[in-house]
Amino acid sequence: MTGGGFSRRIYYAVGITLLVLFLLTVGVAYIDLGALNIVVAMAIATFKTILVVLYFMHVRYSSRVTWVFVSASFFWLVILLVLTLSDYVTRGV
Amino acid sequence: MKTAPEDVLQKNYITAEYGIRSWLLTRDHKRIALLYLISITLFFFVGGFFAVLMRLELMTPQGDVVSAETYNRLFTMHGVAMIFFFLVPSIPAVLGNFLLPMMLGARDLAFPRLNLLSWYLYMIGGCYTIYAMVTGGIDTGWTFYTPYSTGYSTTNVVPVVVGIFVLGFSSILTGVNFIVTTHKMRAPGLTWFRLPLFVWAQYATSVIILLATPVLAITLALLGVERIFRVGIFDPALGGDPILFQHMFWFYSHPAVYIMVLPSMGVVSELVTCFARRRIFGYRFMAFAVMAIAVLGFLVWGHHMFVSGQSVYAGMAFSALSFFVAIPSAIKVFNWTATLHKGRIEFRTPVLYAFGFIGLFTIGGLTGLFLATLAVDVHLTDTYFVVAHFHYIMVGGAVMGYLGGLHYWWPKMTGRLYHEGWAKFSALILFVGFNLTFFPQFVLGYLGMPRRYYIYPEEFQVLNVLSTAGASILGFGYIIPMVYLLWSLRKPRTAGPNPWNAKGLEWLTPSPPPTHNFDTTPVVTEGPYEYEEKSADDG
Repeated sequence: MTGGGFSRRIYYAVGITLLVLFLLTVGVAYIDLGALNIVVAMAIATFKTILVVLYFMHVRYSSRVTWVFVSASFFWLVILLVLTLSDYVTRGV
Repeated sequence: MKTAPEDVLQKNYITAEYGIRSWLLTRDHKRIALLYLISITLFFFVGGFFAVLMRLELMTPQGDVVSAETYNRLFTMHGVAMIFFFLVPSIPAVLGNFLLPMMLGARDLAFPRLNLLSWYLYMIGGCYTIYAMVTGGIDTGWTFYTPYSTGYSTTNVVPVVVGIFVLGFSSILTGVNFIVTTHKMRAPGLTWFRLPLFVWAQYATSVIILLATPVLAITLALLGVERIFRVGIFDPALGGDPILFQHMFWFYSHPAVYIMVLPSMGVVSELVTCFARRRIFGYRFMAFAVMAIAVLGFLVWGHHMFVSGQSVYAGMAFSALSFFVAIPSAIKVFNWTATLHKGRIEFRTPVLYAFGFIGLFTIGGLTGLFLATLAVDVHLTDTYFVVAHFHYIMVGGAVMGYLGGLHYWWPKMTGRLYHEGWAKFSALILFVGFNLTFFPQFVLGYLGMPRRYYIYPEEFQVLNVLSTAGASILGFGYIIPMVYLLWSLRKPRTAGPNPWNAKGLEWLTPSPPPTHNFDTTPVVTEGPYEYEEKSADDG
């Protein structure tokens, strides 16, 4: 155990997964997927974010109040995106 | 509540150690609060200096004192100094730092080293910004609107935003510290609904800081990237969208208004209950109202952009949402008033500031509703009406609360009592000076005088002269407390642990408190405002 309730092996596994996902991001950038370009890029980025938050930031085994704060952060991001988009998608309507 | 011994200890947090090193390396929350007090006071007077020059220029319709370019720099640097380096940190970093652990019955904040780092980051950001101001300044307005700031301004845009970027981390660290301390370090028996409303206010403010400040940081970073590397993000000439900057900037900067005013609301709750000798009316509503303001404050930023090119439908949504903020704000004002009702009010200096806050914040809040009304805002946007409105909130509200709190807890911080007569006189002078400065600006704005202009038509001169006269009185009013508060330090420490007979754990300690605050951890057995045995009409 190295702190946060995780073994060293998990850190290495997550680290290697992140590197693989990084290479995947670069690789996908060379392939034209049309409208799916942004979808694939964002999906990989989201997965990487979840890994970092759960394992490197120790949230997976943290208290419920930590989960509340992490969830609130993402909810606030949704507020930022949704209300901003409420402007962009209704311009010129 | 369990009482602590009232004997004044020989050693307190001020005399515990001597020498500059002991201050610069301190981890004591009370000493760090004093470091902040000195630092933000410096910035307050820097910002005030720019305001004085602006008001001097506006005495006459012509440009007599400074050029247009200099005037642009003056209002920008006034805004930057006052908002980022004074108002945002004022109550949390000074009064919050000093009082939060004591109100919770704790010996310090959860992360004392982080607290000191927060002050150092503030100083680094502040010194860098001062350097940028001295070496040319910045003329974009404190809002740094693009594309002017990224493509056209020849002033020190990048150094100033770097200073504010660093400062943002100082805010975040303070916010994290307060949240963790409130969750983890409450004394036995101190449940959430026994917390003083000052603590609720600090908690809500910290949540806003934590959720909003990173967005400002990334926005300013993107601004820097566009200005330096010409990457198109906000500048239409490079394929960017300037409205996107405004969305991101106001996602922080509207909640920042609540970062400034919520802590003052917390202070006012303490002052009103103490000097009316009454429980707060509707405690739980007051606590929930603070949290509601914190949340709703994030949903209204688009009301700053009604005429900027934002979709009219988004504008309608933001307009409607903005009205909702009035509900919890009104709950607070009504409940303070209801607390005062039938109270045995003792008219000491701190409560005079609380009265000032309630009245001026009400005017500021109600005029905010004018501006949240889409059609009215089309007429009033970018006029002096807006300037008057936000000064009623930020100065009439936030600064009044800060000064009220400083007077209330000054005996606790220093062990000294100030001259009550001078203090009352200065509270009165500030109230008169403030209204004379800013009320004419409502009229000027309604009549159509735009903000950020250094010349104006002659028919506006009388109102501008009134405003400048008021600013002189206001400036005088700010200097008086500096004098008598500093003068009080020459007196012996005779304040005693609790000169106001106030409730709250901080008053159980000697004045000034010892480094460790409490000899034994207090045990809390009742609510925070038990000033009366029975309150017949309390909700």
